[in-house]
Order: sequence, then structure tokens, then C-alpha cells
Amino acid sequence: MRFVDEYRNGGDIRRVLSAIGAAARRPWTMMEICGGQTHTLLRSGIDRMLPESVEVVHGPGCPVCVTPLEQIDRAIAIARRPKTILTSFGDMLRVPGSDVDLLSVKAEGADVRIVYSPLDAVKLAQAHPDRDVVFFAVGFETTAPANAMAVWQAHELGLTNFSILSSHVLVPPAMEAILGSKDNRIQGFLAAGHVCTVMGYEEYEPIATRYRVPIVVTGFEPLDLVQGIYMTVVALEAGRVGVENQYSRSVRREGNVPARRLIDQVFEVCDRPWRGIGVIPRSGLRLRPAYEAYDAERRFAVESVSATESPLCIAGEILRGTTKPRECSQFGTRCTPEHPLGAPMVSSEGACAAYFRYGRTA
Amino acid sequence: MCLGVPGRIERIEAGPGGMAMGTVSFGGIRKEVCLAYVPEAGIGDFVVVHVGFAISKVDEQEADSMMRTLHEMGELEELGAPRPAGDGRAPA
Repeated sequence: MRFVDEYRNGGDIRRVLSAIGAAARRPWTMMEICGGQTHTLLRSGIDRMLPESVEVVHGPGCPVCVTPLEQIDRAIAIARRPKTILTSFGDMLRVPGSDVDLLSVKAEGADVRIVYSPLDAVKLAQAHPDRDVVFFAVGFETTAPANAMAVWQAHELGLTNFSILSSHVLVPPAMEAILGSKDNRIQGFLAAGHVCTVMGYEEYEPIATRYRVPIVVTGFEPLDLVQGIYMTVVALEAGRVGVENQYSRSVRREGNVPARRLIDQVFEVCDRPWRGIGVIPRSGLRLRPAYEAYDAERRFAVESVSATESPLCIAGEILRGTTKPRECSQFGTRCTPEHPLGAPMVSSEGACAAYFRYGRTA
Repeated sequence: MCLGVPGRIERIEAGPGGMAMGTVSFGGIRKEVCLAYVPEAGIGDFVVVHVGFAISKVDEQEADSMMRTLHEMGELEELGAPRPAGDGRAPA
């Protein structure tokens, strides 16, 4: 496939790895904040081929992982209602709530369906006017244009049986929370290419200046990642701060303007709790008052649901990059992808699940 | 979650409410995709698709220029840059 195969060429990847080795004269620690990048780094073995002096830490880049437990409990409460269809992306279904996951609720007889796109949920609402159709809208900025369009379309169609349970999170406030923490050791960032495809990278420029770090917008294929790491190392060695764009075939500085316009029409920024981290100010999206009829939390009065995390899980340390998954005493023993204790083990894109799957146990 | 896959636009049509929809081929696998966010893209163009929505038109000139930079880097390496540590296994 064009724009895929040429970015997986072993010779080119080794060439860039070699350049990283030549460029890195001091030890450097950088962070990626994208579950897809975590996955590629481990699957392709790039993490093992980097020089020892260059460490790439996996940040809170998995929206499924950072969705708070109580939000999953809310989805479960909604799914258990009569005459309701709860729809979601597949990876949300096996994330455990306080007691069960959505897949078990489905096995009990609830109507829980996996959709490929939120527009499929809108179609379901059209086809089933006698049911409430709810879409569990989890995601970073990348997914916000799709969810905004679903709400806008439901509004245009005059649907009264469609709503979303919004658990949208925003990347830049999480980066600031990490850079501003007392135990921060991150010296540079790879910014997630598809988040920036939608939002552009203007809002990263003041972060780079304030915390004096390089931020390199980076794509998802193995060659993109090694190039992003190379550009970050070169900037760090030169003492250069600011934003650079490795993924220029998809990302423009201003992002996708029509998509940003519709996101802004439908959603507004709000404070949002991140699983394993806590509330980060202005780090989420909720529906604007004009669209609150599509807000499942209000419609089904599930705002007051609360939940408690396992005290054994050190998700906060993992997601901030201060501890590696294999350094956790529960990793691979009491905590596995089948029986996760917390956020980063629950989704295939979480750092702990990726370490488990690719055997990074020692 | 933020997976985006590049595919080639084969057909464009008006969807519900006049919203631009189209058929996009991913190496031969075809899907219906919302094209409302890439008004500049036409048939034959590559777009990055996420959960049924094209979120960008792939800029082929930028892709070529990045590849050229990379190959220039390769020429420098042949002039004698050292190899990195690690097991040297070919990725992916």
C-alpha cells in the first residue's frame, strides 16, 4: 500500500537508527503520547534498537486507558436500561468497570453493539426510532471531528433518540501536567501525528517555549517514528526548543480547519478526570448547551456514579513515565490483559499491555 | 485508537444532507468514507482515514521531500557515521 510500505523499509529504518546513534552524545529521555506509536515502537522492536542513551517513555496516549472507571460504570448502567442500544468502538467493550465489562453486560442480554464509525450509530437511531441509541464517545482530538459530525447530523435529522456519552480528552493539557510535575524527567516530546492532523500544532508552540523542550509532530509508521526520534535528539543536542513537523505529509500548522470549526460548534472545553492521573483542568470536551439534548449523562441521570480504583495499580507513575511497566510488582502476575488491575493494562494500546504482549518483561 | 490509514479516493457522491461521501480504496479494500473535512481532495488523491472520516489529504510533495532528506542522510552515513548499539534486527 502506498504511504505505508515505503515507511516500513528495514534498510531505511536502520539508516536513521544509525544517524540517531551518531547524533546522541548525551543521554536523553523523550515521551510519545499515542497508543498507536507505543504499539509500533514495541512491535517493530525499535525500542530495542535505539542506542542506550536514548530512552522513549510511553505517556498517557491511550484514550481507552485514561477513560475513568466511573465513566465505564455509567456506560454499563446505560446499557442495562430497557429499550436501549449502547454502541462503542470495539476496544472499549472489554475494559472492566467496577464489577463487570460491557461484553459481560451484552452476554447478560443487553443490546451492546460495536460500530466502525459514530455515523453507524446515527444510522441505528434512524432504523430504531423506538429505542434510545447511545454512542460511547471515547477519544482524543483525532476522533472529535467524527463525533461532532454524528451529533450535528442527528440534530439535522431531528433525531430525538440519539445521544453520546462523551469521554473526550485533549493532549496538550496532559503534556503540561507531565512537564509541570515535580518528578518530571521528560526532555522532549513526540506529538501524535493524527491529533495534530486535526488540531494543527499552534497550541504546542507556547508549551515548547514555556517548558523549554523540543516537540516533534510524528507519524505512526516505523520510519516516521525513528525520524521523529532523530529530529528530537538533534534538537536536544543543539539546545533547540520549539515545534518541528516530521509528519508533514498529513499535518499543517493550522490543522484541519473545517474539522476544527465543527468541533468548536458542537463541543466546549471542560475539566476532565484521567484514569490514573486525576482531574486535569481544561483537558476534555463536552457538548455545548445548544446540543445538550444529545448528552447521555444528562438524559439518563448517571452523573452521580462513582467508583474506586485498585490500590495496587500504579497507573499514574506509568502514565507520567516515572516507572516502567516491568518495574511494577503486579505486572504479569496479578495484573495481565485478561485480568487488568488498571488503566494501562486494559487496552491493547496501553503501555503495560504492549509490554506484556511483546515480552518486555526483563 | 487514533489509527489513520491512507487510502485512495475512487468515487465522490452526496450523502445525507448533502454531506460529501466517497469510496476509498485501501490497497483494494473499499470503504464508504465521509469526505466533508477534505473539500480540497478529488478522485485519485490519497486521504488519511480515521473511524470512517477522511481527516487530511496526503501531501505527496511533502512526502517526497521527507524521503529525499532521508536518502541524503543515507549518503552521509556511507561517508563513515558509526552504527548504533542494539541487536540490529530488521524491524516490521
